[in-house]
Amino acid sequence: MSSDFILRVDGLTMRFGGVVAVNGLSFAADRRKITALIGPNGAGKTTVFNCITGFYKPTSGQLRLTHDDGRTIQLERLNDFRISKQAKVARTFQNIRLFPGMTALENLMVAQHNALMLASGLTFLGLIGAPSYRAAERQAIDQAKRWLDRIGLLERADDAAGNLAYGDQRRLEIARAMCTEPALLCLDEPAAGLNSRESAGLSELLLSIRDEGTSILLIEHDMSVVMEISDHIVVMDYGVKIAEGAPQAVRDDPKVVAAYLGADEEEAAAVMESNP
Amino acid sequence: MDSRVTVAAPELTQASRREAIIFILKKAVISALVALLLFSLMIGIRTEAGPTGQLIYWTRFDDLATIVAVVFVGSIVIELLRQWWGPAPIATAIPPSVQRALGIAGKALPPVLLIFALLVPIVFYDQRYVIDTGIQVLTYVMLGWGLNVVVGLAGLLDLGYVAFYAVGSYSYALLATNFGLSFWVCLPLAGILAACWGVMLGFPVLRLRGDYLAIVTLAFGEIIRLVLVNWQSLTGGPNGVSGIPRPSFFGIPFTRDDDGFAARLGIDFSPTHRIVFLFYVILALALLTNWVTIRLRSLPIGRAWEALREDEVASRALGINITTTKLTAFAIGAMFGGFAGAFFATRQGFISPESFTFQESALVLAIVVLGGMGSQLGVALAALTLIGGFELFRGFDQYRMLVFGMAMVLLMIWRPRGLVGHRAPTVFLKQNTAISSELAREGRG
Repeated sequence: MSSDFILRVDGLTMRFGGVVAVNGLSFAADRRKITALIGPNGAGKTTVFNCITGFYKPTSGQLRLTHDDGRTIQLERLNDFRISKQAKVARTFQNIRLFPGMTALENLMVAQHNALMLASGLTFLGLIGAPSYRAAERQAIDQAKRWLDRIGLLERADDAAGNLAYGDQRRLEIARAMCTEPALLCLDEPAAGLNSRESAGLSELLLSIRDEGTSILLIEHDMSVVMEISDHIVVMDYGVKIAEGAPQAVRDDPKVVAAYLGADEEEAAAVMESNP
Repeated sequence: MDSRVTVAAPELTQASRREAIIFILKKAVISALVALLLFSLMIGIRTEAGPTGQLIYWTRFDDLATIVAVVFVGSIVIELLRQWWGPAPIATAIPPSVQRALGIAGKALPPVLLIFALLVPIVFYDQRYVIDTGIQVLTYVMLGWGLNVVVGLAGLLDLGYVAFYAVGSYSYALLATNFGLSFWVCLPLAGILAACWGVMLGFPVLRLRGDYLAIVTLAFGEIIRLVLVNWQSLTGGPNGVSGIPRPSFFGIPFTRDDDGFAARLGIDFSPTHRIVFLFYVILALALLTNWVTIRLRSLPIGRAWEALREDEVASRALGINITTTKLTAFAIGAMFGGFAGAFFATRQGFISPESFTFQESALVLAIVVLGGMGSQLGVALAALTLIGGFELFRGFDQYRMLVFGMAMVLLMIWRPRGLVGHRAPTVFLKQNTAISSELAREGRG
């Protein structure tokens, strides 16, 4: 049963001193589906992301990741780089974090670090220019080229990432995350700052990534993108889940409407109490 | 730049002209005031100890007035020149043909420098002083290249690099004097020991970045030096280690004896042989450093170093192990420092803690920063300029440091990103376009 879900979050709680950013959050992300995590500003979405991707250690709760082969990994027990290396969870950032002084191609090569590191025999084979390493590097370049082609940046492969347009940087960051060959891709507001045409392109890209077998967890404020591509939506407010379901159901949920449109205080309290 | 506000346009109105004049005068007056403040004590009053130890002083207000006037007029001239030049960057003022020529010259520079370096001992065979200076320069080129791995590539600001130089030196000195090991056996040992110390320094500073890292590495450099001073029984304390074996030509000593280098080759003995040999040894070591660094840069580990410099958080998110990446940078940098140290010990024949003060660290760091972080050619040029310039200005006697300091300030004004202010990509599809290092983040890690 659990294998239908790539990620199960159980009772996730994250406290910063006295502030409870996430309080007993539970949800599951379907395998090969796009799960969106939405909610008003300050709802704790990014905190959830940081817990999943190992940047924070949750105060309590479980994060279980189940790979296609049935291997289950407790994400809360892994720390920083192992989340990406072993658990195969990749992420992008709300404020783009490319390597601005490196070219687009180099950015994608860095993402394949672990595979190349092995191929280079922990540097020693690479240092003497072993043919096996050269083949691996060629493969990595091909992989990078494929992604650059997909995001329409093949022509700009040799330009510094910092010189690319904002929308291009967003897509390059997604391509870079995908070059780590993740099982779960976590995107923190990928459509932020994009115009409607770029958003549409992004939706298309994300759907194609999903169809190729990578599960996606998405934080997004742009409702047109969320409603269009999400298979399942989890709505958070004040660190707790207030609704969950298919896009249409969530959109019509009065609690969600209240959270977004800002009900008056009594009403909001009523909404919070009625939350199971 | 406030000078841009008052750019001289062709249709300059009376009002804006007056504005510009007032602006220039204001700037000149401020500069003159600063000069007056600075120099009133430095130049205006001369103090000396009298014959009985009392203080004698006299004033030199005419000199002071001259200097202030020079600053005032100079400021006006510079500002006028600036307005005449316009705010356009100089790069666009250079015609493309000249730029292309410069580009070709830039490409030809490394091989020309290398050939020149190879020829130095032959051309200047009779001038030992030149070869000695060459050895000095190459030692710093090597140190610069070693530190470049840590500072330029990995972006870890290391102010205690001289510690590894010292570890290498003392490793060779002690191993050679106590156990009679030869230079070529000790060289790798010195490198390995220095690398171990690099890792040892690396562990506690893993979580530190920027200024904090700089302070801890600075302290580390001092700790090593103080240990060398105080551990009398092992290091000889302030007296240092003397009688360090001179290098031999793979076992053949450079002596006047019958089994010496000259006698075996059947040529007349000359002390220059050893110097020339030393020159080629350090040249080979420096080139090895360069080769390894260039290779490492285009390997995953090198890309990880640069990624770390650019954005540590993003590197972590991509599954790069920050710990090993930082430690290898420290270890590799330290290893080259250790090699250079072993060479230094065998060249000098005597070492003491005095050779490994903070000033050395600062000098090597200055070479890396002046050269342009991460640029191999830049570091070599900077070492040549700094160390060579040091020797060149020897004739200026007491003004040497003044000239030198001024040159550095000017260089940093004109080329704030160092002599070579761009980085070359490690891999490319179509064209190898240089990336302005203004995009690259540096020295934050």
